[in-house]
Amino acid sequence: MSIDWNHFTPLTALAGGVLIGVAVAMFVLLNGRIAGISGVLGGLLRPVKGDSAWRLAFVLGLVGAPLVYLLFVAWPAPQIDAGYGTLILAGLLVGAGTRYGSGCTSGHGVCGLSRLSVRSLVATATFMAAGFVTMFVTRHLLGN
Amino acid sequence: MIAFASLLAGLVFGLGLIVSGMANPANVLGFLDLAGNWDPSLAFVMAGAIAVGAVAFTVANRRAVSYLGAEMRLPSARHIDRRLVLGSSLFGIGWGVAGICPGPALVLLGMGQVKALVFVAAMLVGMGVFELLERRRRAPTPHPA
Repeated sequence: MSIDWNHFTPLTALAGGVLIGVAVAMFVLLNGRIAGISGVLGGLLRPVKGDSAWRLAFVLGLVGAPLVYLLFVAWPAPQIDAGYGTLILAGLLVGAGTRYGSGCTSGHGVCGLSRLSVRSLVATATFMAAGFVTMFVTRHLLGN
Repeated sequence: MIAFASLLAGLVFGLGLIVSGMANPANVLGFLDLAGNWDPSLAFVMAGAIAVGAVAFTVANRRAVSYLGAEMRLPSARHIDRRLVLGSSLFGIGWGVAGICPGPALVLLGMGQVKALVFVAAMLVGMGVFELLERRRRAPTPHPA
């Protein structure tokens, strides 16, 4: 292992993290809910009357964030290296896996760890380990 | 009011993802590449978010209703079962191949990335498959053995 000093940005990472924490705080203190993005999205596929507006609003906020960011400064161009086939496979796995495991990086990783939930700690350790192994296999063993 | 608060929270969340660099899949993959040129940034994002989140949940745990009068709905599940581990593993594999999880996927969609549209569509199909299987599992069997 070596540290990628060219891409390591501790200060903006911390600042962005604090913003995410503020969003999580707003969500629980105002709405009384966990800001878990897979759970919020998944609930839209199991519609309950009167339970969809806040979900759509949250999704709209996330999708609209780049436009608001653009009012101040241009966003750094994202880099998606994966091809379309990989993206479809990844999307299917992320969609089914987060619902089956009851959460993703936000619900288990940020909210769950903030709540000192052992269940979320196990989930987070599991998906991180799976991510590390997958990366090792695809980038280093298969040389993708 | 709840919907407006949700919109604002989503907006702040999305801005946080952009500022932190985590809306860029290349940065996420840089974190997952422990064996290569490792970028620890994602750990700092988590640390910043959890530091603020921990305070918020400490306050939330003492309340029965939110500041807008909504019922507090915090998860009560504590069990660690096959679903949790298997589901998280599948998610981790998907995350590891593309570097995209649900939040950044929605932000990338807002950046007009066609690839994000494909990812989000597949993700919704994956969630839909889960829903269908769950419904089938919950449905009472017509002829119980």
